[in-house]
Amino acid sequence: MALSTLHHLRSARYARATLARQTARGPRPADGEVLLSATGLTKSYAGADGELPVLSGIDLTIRAGEVVALLGKSGSGKSTLLRCLAGLIPASSGTVTYKDTPLTGANPGTAMVFQNFALLPWLTVQQNVELGLEAKGVPAAERADAALRAIDLIGLDGFESAYPKELSGGMRQRVGFARALVVEPDVLLMDEPFSALDVLTAENLRGELMELWESGQFPTRSIVLVTHNIEEAVLMADRIVILGSRPYRTIRDEFEVSLDRPRERDSAAFQDLIDRVYRTMTGRPKDLRPTGHPEATDGAGTDKRTPATAALPAASVDGLSGLAEIVLHRGGCCDLADLADDLGLDFDDILPLVDALDLLGFLVVRGDDLLLTSTGAAFAAADVQRSKTLFAEAAMNAPLVKLITSSLRNNPAGTLRAGFFRDLLAHHFTSEQVTRQLETATDWGRYAELYSYDAEPQEYHLETGPSTLRRR
Amino acid sequence: MSFRTHVKLSPKDTAPVPRAAVRAGVAGHRPQMPWVDMVVAAAVLVLLYATLRVGQGTTVSFTPGQDVHVSTDPARLPYDAARSLLRMFAALAASTVFTFGYAFAAAKSRRLERILIPALDILQSVPVLGFLTVAVTGFIALFPGSMLGLECASVFAIFTSQAWNMTFGFYQSLISLPRELDELSRSFRFTRWMRFWKVELPAGMIGLVWNGMMSFGGGWFFLVASEAISVNNQNYALPGVGSYAGAAIADGDLGKVGWAVLTMAVMVIGVNFLFWRPLVAWAEKFKNEQSEAGQRQRSVVLDLLRRSHWPRIIGRILRPAGHALARAGRVFGADDRRLHVDRTKQRTGDIVFGTVAGALTLWGLADLARYLNDRTGLGVFGEPLLLGLVTLARVVVLMVAATLVWVPVGVWIGFSPRLTRIAQPLVQVLASFPANFLFPLATWFFLKTGLDINIGGIVLMALGAQWYILFNTIAGAMAIPADLREAMDDLGVTGWQRWKRLIIPGIFPAYVTGGITASGGAWNASIVSEIVTFGTTTLTATGLGAYIAHATDTGDFPHLIAGVAVMSLYVVALNRLLWRPLYRLAEHRYAL
Repeated sequence: MALSTLHHLRSARYARATLARQTARGPRPADGEVLLSATGLTKSYAGADGELPVLSGIDLTIRAGEVVALLGKSGSGKSTLLRCLAGLIPASSGTVTYKDTPLTGANPGTAMVFQNFALLPWLTVQQNVELGLEAKGVPAAERADAALRAIDLIGLDGFESAYPKELSGGMRQRVGFARALVVEPDVLLMDEPFSALDVLTAENLRGELMELWESGQFPTRSIVLVTHNIEEAVLMADRIVILGSRPYRTIRDEFEVSLDRPRERDSAAFQDLIDRVYRTMTGRPKDLRPTGHPEATDGAGTDKRTPATAALPAASVDGLSGLAEIVLHRGGCCDLADLADDLGLDFDDILPLVDALDLLGFLVVRGDDLLLTSTGAAFAAADVQRSKTLFAEAAMNAPLVKLITSSLRNNPAGTLRAGFFRDLLAHHFTSEQVTRQLETATDWGRYAELYSYDAEPQEYHLETGPSTLRRR
Repeated sequence: MSFRTHVKLSPKDTAPVPRAAVRAGVAGHRPQMPWVDMVVAAAVLVLLYATLRVGQGTTVSFTPGQDVHVSTDPARLPYDAARSLLRMFAALAASTVFTFGYAFAAAKSRRLERILIPALDILQSVPVLGFLTVAVTGFIALFPGSMLGLECASVFAIFTSQAWNMTFGFYQSLISLPRELDELSRSFRFTRWMRFWKVELPAGMIGLVWNGMMSFGGGWFFLVASEAISVNNQNYALPGVGSYAGAAIADGDLGKVGWAVLTMAVMVIGVNFLFWRPLVAWAEKFKNEQSEAGQRQRSVVLDLLRRSHWPRIIGRILRPAGHALARAGRVFGADDRRLHVDRTKQRTGDIVFGTVAGALTLWGLADLARYLNDRTGLGVFGEPLLLGLVTLARVVVLMVAATLVWVPVGVWIGFSPRLTRIAQPLVQVLASFPANFLFPLATWFFLKTGLDINIGGIVLMALGAQWYILFNTIAGAMAIPADLREAMDDLGVTGWQRWKRLIIPGIFPAYVTGGITASGGAWNASIVSEIVTFGTTTLTATGLGAYIAHATDTGDFPHLIAGVAVMSLYVVALNRLLWRPLYRLAEHRYAL
């Protein structure tokens, strides 16, 4: 914990600040200086006709003294936003500034901690930690000193001469932290830093990191954390910024977290906040919301949904029927947050399945509760052939599956090239997204026996459906 | 026998031989428009022609001495071997430097990339031995009255057999640098110097070492071919094992040829043991892996070196120099990519660049056409095109025969770990051993049995080329997971069905890689295989190889240009029409 000797100026300031803050809500002052800010930030990637936005209209300010969590589903553009802040990728429009200076290249005031550590395997721990200082041109002796202090601070003593591959995941990420901290960036950027670690290791590292942050020894003034783990966000952040995926592509909501640290997971306030965040994350806009019960579906409601507005979630048939069965076992109704917790799943794992069941009309989301519909219950309880029949009917609720099926039915040969659908989708999705949409549609359609797909000529063929042939 | 493949190692490829990791150069680069390839092919042709013209113009002032006489006293062999080795390593050093420069330029400049990479693809397909004349005449002119010119020409010939693969491999590793490492370098504001030495070079090191080793193995062939050569009715010879053998052959002394063969074998094995094995084992530390690999490359020599104090002492001596260099390297600036580029400026630059490059090529093409037209008429391409068909037939027969013989043998070896341990290093040495060394023995055999060189030429071409098929088949068979074989046993899948369902699909990717190398090597070898000499007898086959060899001998540049261009055309066409589709199929369908 001796890094402070080198940076006595800053540390002294922190120490003073720490004292002052004790009386307020925490030891860290939000001294208010704006370090990073994004204004009207849009990031889009090239699509078939023009640009497809991943992020749009992002206004975000990072101030000294705060920990900000960027939370969102996969595909919500949170990592993209982080890289825009780091100056690693250009924004399509809008500006990113560091201390009021617009970025022209890599942000000089940030350092990044990577999801998969990004350690150079051919360098020792100490050499890895020294990299940032070496890049700055710090003389060898001086940077060795600073690196050793950072290694000490982050709890890596004794590992200086080890190579990354000799270390456990947790130790490797410590190297990642030490490497970023040693350059004393104003803002520490963390891209899902704990998601490659096992649960216990992640918990331990998070705890130590936050202790360090609270202690005032932390050589950065602010932290931006990208995560898809709600609990992690609530544990660590002063402010949670929730990014919405399509159709939002922008900041959906923000939560101030004023709980004292260290935060008690079991406290009612903590749980309440988690539930509120969950609700925001699972909530859907009313007009796009599937009507739920297929029997109650009126034609108009379904027709409104198109493959563009109701994209297929990346869920396999096995996964979604597994979830349906679990919900059925729990009486056809359960709390989403509890379910995820019990199963040990991130919501990133479970949400696509929930979305898929919802889209198929097997399940509805009320607040943070999941309710199985009657067809959903029948589907979950059915044997293989029966479940295929039910799934085939329900799959027609999914706009893309319906599109493929009806296109094939209207085609005299009953055969269409995948390129046809690819072109249709390309107006609304990037090519990677198109691939994923078609993969899911293929998986669902094959299981439902609505159509088959030949990978070699890349063609869809109409099938007769499960009920006619396979029944004895 | 140039390697038309380059090694692209991914972290999980840890087999002792870079098996499926030996990826095909022909399929390796980014998709390009066909017209780009054609333009570049034309540009390369122009370049070749320009060099020839310059070389030809300057040879007039060169007054060569008499034909060099090489002593065939076996006691001279160690000295000759040392000279040969020096050439090999000089060429390796040149190839490495070239690799860094060329690959770096191609990877960093969008505009240069459009030209350099297709050019490399074409260069890989040009028969290296066709370059030799150009090199000899050019370098002799560069160093008049000195052996240095000949030395340079020989080194250049070896270089041309090594550089393209190494460059391709390194370029691949530069452009496929893991995204996180790129982001690491930029977000921590590394200097460009640091990025190259700490990130890019280490990340590409394993591929570079493996490619270097493979290319070096292929280089022996060109060493032998380039030490003693007759160009323009003039015989040149450098002291070396190749020229020694050449002289022994000219004398028709089989015993001395035997000594040369032995020396060659000792050199190939020695260099492998003392240089490449330690290097490969050392390069293990650059593996981008998260945990210790189960199977590691080992080298007795490296272990010995590591146990000594020398590495540490040398490291301590060199460290200040390293720091000074790193400080000096800061002049290259920081590794940063500007977030905003001026589109119109960029567009203008592209247009200017394209126009200049296009105009230069057109001008050169027009000049070449005029030159050929004046000298021989453009009909000069007709004969080599026809002769190419004959050589093509030889290559096809060779490939089919080598496949029928070596694939079953390779599978048999690859399925047995014990046999693999014995056979693999052996095949590796056989593949590096310059086949042209054995040509005199084969010729002697042809003379004895009266075998027609038109048939015998196939055997000569196969002497070098066949090993790549065996080598890669072994690697492919090794890569078939044991549980798949067990599953087949369990289901009672045997005989032809087993071959059809498991073995052929399983070895297919590796086989294609070997096939590309073997067929490219066979084309190249045809230049020395279709005309062979033993003592005073010369056997000449009908074919494009003999055509080129003859044009080289007599210094007939128009015919040489036509021959080399047509052979390149055949190789490129074969790669595009046959090997590249097969390679794609292997990647998509049969990747294990």
